[in-house]
Amino acid sequence: MKRLLDVLREDFGLTGTKEGCGEGECGACTVLLGGEAVNSCLIPFAQVRGLAVTTIEGLTGARALQDAFVREGGAQCGICTPGMILAAVAIPAGADLQQIRRSLAGNICRCTGYEGIYRSIFAAGSPPAAD
Amino acid sequence: MPAVGRNVLRKEGGGKVNGAAKYIDDLSFPGMLHGTTIRSTIQAGRILSVRPEFDPSGFVVADARDVPGKNVIALIEDDQPCLADGRVRHVAEAILLVAHEDRDALLRARFSIDYEREPPVDDPALSPRVFKEISIEKGNLGRGFARADVVVEGEYRTAHQEQLYIECNGVIAVPENGGITLYGSLQCPYYVHKALVVLLALPPDKVRVVQTETGGGFGGKEEYPSMLAGHAAILALKANRPVKMIYDRVEDMLATTKRHPSIVRHRTGVTRDGRILAMDIDVLMDGGAYLTLSPVVLSRGVLHATGPYRCNDVRVHGRVTMTNTPPNGAFRGFGAPQTLFAAEVHMERIAETLGLDPVRLREINLFRPGDTTATGQVLGADCSAAEVLREAVARTDFDARRRALAGTRSGIGLSLFFHGSGFTGGGEVRLASRASLALTPNGARILVGSTEIGQGTRTIHAQIVADALGIPYDRVEVADADTACVPDSGPTVASRTCMVVGKILENCALEMKARLGALTPAQYLDVHGPLVVTREYEKPEELQWNDETYRGDAYGAYGWGCNVAEVERDPETYEIRPVRLTSVCEIGKAIHPILAAGQIEGGTAQGIGFALLEEVVFRDGAMANAQMTNYVVPTTLDTPPIDVVILESGYPHGPHGAKGIGEMPIDGPAPAIVNAIRHMGIDLRQIPATAERILEASCVSS
Repeated sequence: MKRLLDVLREDFGLTGTKEGCGEGECGACTVLLGGEAVNSCLIPFAQVRGLAVTTIEGLTGARALQDAFVREGGAQCGICTPGMILAAVAIPAGADLQQIRRSLAGNICRCTGYEGIYRSIFAAGSPPAAD
Repeated sequence: MPAVGRNVLRKEGGGKVNGAAKYIDDLSFPGMLHGTTIRSTIQAGRILSVRPEFDPSGFVVADARDVPGKNVIALIEDDQPCLADGRVRHVAEAILLVAHEDRDALLRARFSIDYEREPPVDDPALSPRVFKEISIEKGNLGRGFARADVVVEGEYRTAHQEQLYIECNGVIAVPENGGITLYGSLQCPYYVHKALVVLLALPPDKVRVVQTETGGGFGGKEEYPSMLAGHAAILALKANRPVKMIYDRVEDMLATTKRHPSIVRHRTGVTRDGRILAMDIDVLMDGGAYLTLSPVVLSRGVLHATGPYRCNDVRVHGRVTMTNTPPNGAFRGFGAPQTLFAAEVHMERIAETLGLDPVRLREINLFRPGDTTATGQVLGADCSAAEVLREAVARTDFDARRRALAGTRSGIGLSLFFHGSGFTGGGEVRLASRASLALTPNGARILVGSTEIGQGTRTIHAQIVADALGIPYDRVEVADADTACVPDSGPTVASRTCMVVGKILENCALEMKARLGALTPAQYLDVHGPLVVTREYEKPEELQWNDETYRGDAYGAYGWGCNVAEVERDPETYEIRPVRLTSVCEIGKAIHPILAAGQIEGGTAQGIGFALLEEVVFRDGAMANAQMTNYVVPTTLDTPPIDVVILESGYPHGPHGAKGIGEMPIDGPAPAIVNAIRHMGIDLRQIPATAERILEASCVSS
């Protein structure tokens, strides 16, 4: 059975969701499934029946966070960025740095050392919470 | 308002945060096939026979006989075949290529390959083949040791490290216009261009290389993309259809380059009061099966091997040898993180031997303006070793923290380092890089072969050009890195994109401004027609370098850095947890402070991985942990707060005084962390400092 990741990228042409490892380690393929951040490379397509899937292309209400990723150095090469932004959107409002670290522990960024990502999240109003 | 020095809006930002940016795997062409590689499973031997174990109808299959030109990856020496020709020298060496329009059908493409095995070389010290040997000599070593009160010796080892860009290597080759167009995730479009011209026996204008949005490189997309591009191009020409080849993570880790492992031995003569009188350093690096970039990695390694310390009597001898593993290659720092690790852990051991404070020992010996390096280079006024050390020690309250943590299961340590910007003096002259600037109706368009791989190349180049032309930053555009329209600005490596290419662009802009005179760009275009200014690298007159004797000005400029690491040891598991890391870096000028800080933060995190976590396990010449589950890089929970301080001491020949920044930040964390571990009383001389090594070293030390 196809993975959710393949359906998004190949059947829908939504290439904003990236594949980094194919084994749920890097988080580049993170999407929101019923509002929860999941690795779409680990989700068989049948499992999403009846649930809302949000990819970076369909994300609304997070403009401030996305802009902050550009301004504050949250994105460098950008390959982890869509997944990182979706994971950040799923962080409960009012989380502190340690909670943010825990929430993003499944999303690997090799460029930033994560400092720019924390700056972006705080600059956008900690944390941003999508509507 | 000037653009340089301000955090202007990045040119390359928007598409990365909304999913619009197209990376290589996001692209598709009509009629496109998918390609895969059949690789060797042994370390060394002759290929006796190759038999398909599937029905090959409908598949395109290629081997060495299908190479239209010379079967090599042209780089330094043409010793690496693109496809194995009767013989393999490492596991995962490419033997056959297969393409099919259905990617899943490629899973059926299995071959039975018989080999006559040969005994592999696994130990670089016992290798019969030396790829490159370099010696640096200064003064008289015998005299230095004769005057020394104490001699301190030690051996230090660093291991392979995987770049682990999150986007794996990938390309698409499109046969068109009687040649080939190659799209790919890559750092150096002109390296790929050069390799394809030789491999495909095509005229240069029939090969076009276009960089697509690139999801990280760190050196891992410096030389390897030439190999992958060659594979895709061979298949595409044979099939006469576009061919896409995207590695999955396992293949990327098994087959592509890693950081060179090193063994560095130091023998140092010092006086009782801490003056270094003689340095004898031996560097051995493991090159892997083919020469690729190893001579240049060794060069940077030996040129940084003394650390940032003055000494009149020095000998540095380095060699890089062949082993039967995939070739090791470029990785951020390029030889310097290995030799600086050894230098800085050794300094700590000298301090211990003499009973001296480690900061004091460094203060006594560090390079100051006017001092000469091992190659005889006289350091300029921008030499900032003392400043970065002073700032780091003050900012972390180092002396007090060191006393407070003594005897606990926490420790604090530091490292002092420097990093040459750009190719060696001789290297930049040989590259003869070019950059162009085209006048547009309301400003200018930058044409360079330098690539954006996350570091903000387009932004900083546009800032430099905007200020030199005296126009707003948003009126400067940047062309895509496409060899059909940009000149060869040299590779995007070696911390040279800002200092070297940025300077050429600044010269273009100043010439353009002079040509414009009182006219606006639109007026000029109306009166005179199109204007493109192209300039070439101009060697600062005072820089002299001799490649034969290894004497002279090795680099135009050096950045200077000091790291302080505080770590704690888990009492049960012996894992080392970094608590905080301070990185003070002197980089000439931060063209864009947030981007500059991003380079330091990111390089520091990779350095923490190099120090503590990242371990490539080789079994029978193959990476045994070639997946992200088992090869662990720092996550948010492994990366401590990174405190960055940028100091600016301008280099007269850099744009606005800027020096290089990309690589230096990765030089410092490993020795600072190992010195912090040493502060806990654990004598470790090898990284990564895994829990197992800490446990072992603790048993020996206590």
